[in-house]
Amino acid sequence: MCVLLKTLPRKSKEPTLSHKPFTPAPAGSRLLMSGNEAIARAVWDAGVRVAAAYPGTPSTEILENVARYPDLYSEWSVNEKVSLEVAVGASLAGGRSFCAMKHVGLNVAADALMTLTLTGVVGGLVIAVADDVGFSSSQNEQDSRFWGRFAHLPIVEPADSQEAYDMTRAAFDLSEKFNTPVILRLTTRVCHVKCLVDIGERVVKRAAESFVKNPSRWVMVPANAQKRVPEVFAREKALREESETTPLNRLEPGSDRRVGFVTSGPAYMHVRETFPDAPVLKLGLSHPAPMGKVKELAAQVDTLVVVEETEQLLEGEIRAAGIPARGKDILPAAGELPPYVLRRSLAALLPELAAGADEKAPKALPVFPRPPTMCVACPHLGVYYTLSQLRNVTIAGDIGCYTLGAGHPWNALDTTICMGASMGMALGLDKGRGVDDAKKSIVAVIGDSTFMHMGMQGLLDIAYNHGNVTVLLLDNRTVGMTGGQDNPASGRDIHGQPAPRIDFAQVVAALGIAPEHIRVVDPYVLPVLFKTLREEIKHEGPSVIITNRPCVLIDEYEKQPSFEVNEAACTGCGNCVEIGCPAIHVTRREKAIKPSGKEVELAFAAIETAACTGCKLCLQPCAPDAIRPATPTFPVTFS
Amino acid sequence: MSQTTNILVVGIGGQGVMTASEILSEAAISQGYRVKKTEVAGMSQRGGVVSSHVRFGPTVLSPEIAPGEADILVGFEAAEAMRWSHYLRPKNGARGGVAMINRLRLAPPIVSLGLFDYPDDPVAAVRAQGIEVHDFDAGEIARELGDLRLVNTIMLGAISGNLPFSAETLKDCIVTRFAKKKPEMAELNAKAFDLGKAAGGA
Repeated sequence: MCVLLKTLPRKSKEPTLSHKPFTPAPAGSRLLMSGNEAIARAVWDAGVRVAAAYPGTPSTEILENVARYPDLYSEWSVNEKVSLEVAVGASLAGGRSFCAMKHVGLNVAADALMTLTLTGVVGGLVIAVADDVGFSSSQNEQDSRFWGRFAHLPIVEPADSQEAYDMTRAAFDLSEKFNTPVILRLTTRVCHVKCLVDIGERVVKRAAESFVKNPSRWVMVPANAQKRVPEVFAREKALREESETTPLNRLEPGSDRRVGFVTSGPAYMHVRETFPDAPVLKLGLSHPAPMGKVKELAAQVDTLVVVEETEQLLEGEIRAAGIPARGKDILPAAGELPPYVLRRSLAALLPELAAGADEKAPKALPVFPRPPTMCVACPHLGVYYTLSQLRNVTIAGDIGCYTLGAGHPWNALDTTICMGASMGMALGLDKGRGVDDAKKSIVAVIGDSTFMHMGMQGLLDIAYNHGNVTVLLLDNRTVGMTGGQDNPASGRDIHGQPAPRIDFAQVVAALGIAPEHIRVVDPYVLPVLFKTLREEIKHEGPSVIITNRPCVLIDEYEKQPSFEVNEAACTGCGNCVEIGCPAIHVTRREKAIKPSGKEVELAFAAIETAACTGCKLCLQPCAPDAIRPATPTFPVTFS
Repeated sequence: MSQTTNILVVGIGGQGVMTASEILSEAAISQGYRVKKTEVAGMSQRGGVVSSHVRFGPTVLSPEIAPGEADILVGFEAAEAMRWSHYLRPKNGARGGVAMINRLRLAPPIVSLGLFDYPDDPVAAVRAQGIEVHDFDAGEIARELGDLRLVNTIMLGAISGNLPFSAETLKDCIVTRFAKKKPEMAELNAKAFDLGKAAGGA
């Protein structure tokens, strides 16, 4: 088997994107930009004063790029709720403000959002929410357009990078004109698609130069809040009228009037490509929807079809307005709606599509899956190797790279729901245990960033309520899964400048964990890790084991000389393979009979020395000591 | 025949798939085309599959290439090329899509663990579909040049004869890109491009 670089080690000491300032291209430039890059530029050009976010795919690069522009404040917040609250405060102070998050982030921020809608804004406030349509990197596929209905807020939906730029700017104007926060609804196919973008002039303005005390606006006690409700409905009515006239919504005529489409976001591009001659109502301000325009389109066509990613939302509203429409009866209710999906679905209405040009395409060939794995030398490898050796244990997991511990070869993570859930769920698994689980140990696994995001309250609950839970707090000093963004555990701010570093042992102690049950361990020393874990799960009460080695993708990680397998010494025990390091490969398998007469399968291994960074995890379980320092076979430069 | 050129670049996180498609996009822009480039790479950094779609022409609307519509498949790894081969345009009389495949075989841990098999000959499997396939060992060329990161430029060189603009245009884009960032790498990349072009033309 050919062994070669699986992942090129990141150049050490290379600053991450948000650490690198740059000179913005002048107004009038035409640049190849992703939606996220275009939004960042628009935030700067719109004169935003404060921008905040918590990283989350596919939204992460928005703030990474915003942070590179001069003359505005940007930050990584500890969670999305805080990022929104920072933006709200900045708006009240009089300047424009912005926050960005992935779809599930708005669930966390929703508490602030649902009352912010009552207060309104001073400086324009735009909330970018990126939906992971197609589940590329998320635990669900929720449709953020619902928030517009729930919170009575306008939803703006760009379809590509140029629109992302233009509509972000328009959203700030809309926010100030209607005294409302605006939700900029994105999907992966806006965030991560690049196309040319024409850049406009930067305009900096403030709605106010000072925070003006006004308790009836800003102190939402019941008496004050109640009085704001009619304002919200009046605003929604005004926005509905705006929706009929704004250039963000346009009716495109078409010669083939058998089917007319109502659509928004990237689905518009798919519709336009698939049905070039059809009339299309393209919604940029998709909520409140312009029912007058929908009626106008409906009058022109035989059948109206609503193409929306992902849920049946507009379609229901259109039908409720008395306009017949089709949609999710023929289109999928989940996932993206690219042209080939549209062709297949619309065959129900357009007979020429039923001929099925797709059928002639070659069939997909069966190939093994290639799920994401942990990195070579990842500090989580030893933790999951150890967990996989334990019996009679239930492991509540969380959101981050360590969620991959649910996969092979470890199979050592039993639950994942949302950020921070491992804490509360572990406590519930403890308190709710049945007789069969009486002797089971409950372990929770959470990373540094997730712990700070939503885990601390859960741990406080475990401590306060005497939970019998062993918490593994995997501190790798970064937000790993999204690419190594800084956080309070990295001790650096978004620009890479020094910032106070959290002391987890102190935090955990302050939450009520007994000092003797707070253990800090090196995750690369397996015997200590194993012994510590065994001791703490035996303890009838809460304990926290903190691992203390950095993510291999960040600057702090220091590569060590690599190792190789001495083929002559390898006995095929396969122990090293159980570590799960992607630099270790099985070169051949053999059946063998043990002295006891039992048949075993031997797995002889090799280490991809060019990828190995010398963490020494695999040396520890190797039965015959067959792993030795490598001799490089050819020069590899990673200068 | 559509005026849009569809190129699908596939491989594994860390191989430079996204850089390759970025360079292709820049080259197309330099020729006055409108371009859209998209990928889903949420977890690609963790050794997962990466596929990057590049579409260019007078106007480009949808960023996604549909199965059966790619003109060129650039496979940075053999099994990944096989996984995406049905995206290539079938022959149907005219010239079908072209697969340019690096023979590199990267088995993921689940293959090492014995849970799945790596196909015996992915390149042959693609060819058996009636697809025009060019394959060579880009890693070997990169190794001879002394830097494995050159695989990216080698693969671009390999497909440069199949583009609606000249190979020199693409080469200039790469050389200029490196000349700005690391001048010492410009010449090496020019050499890698030429060797890739020769290997891919076979």
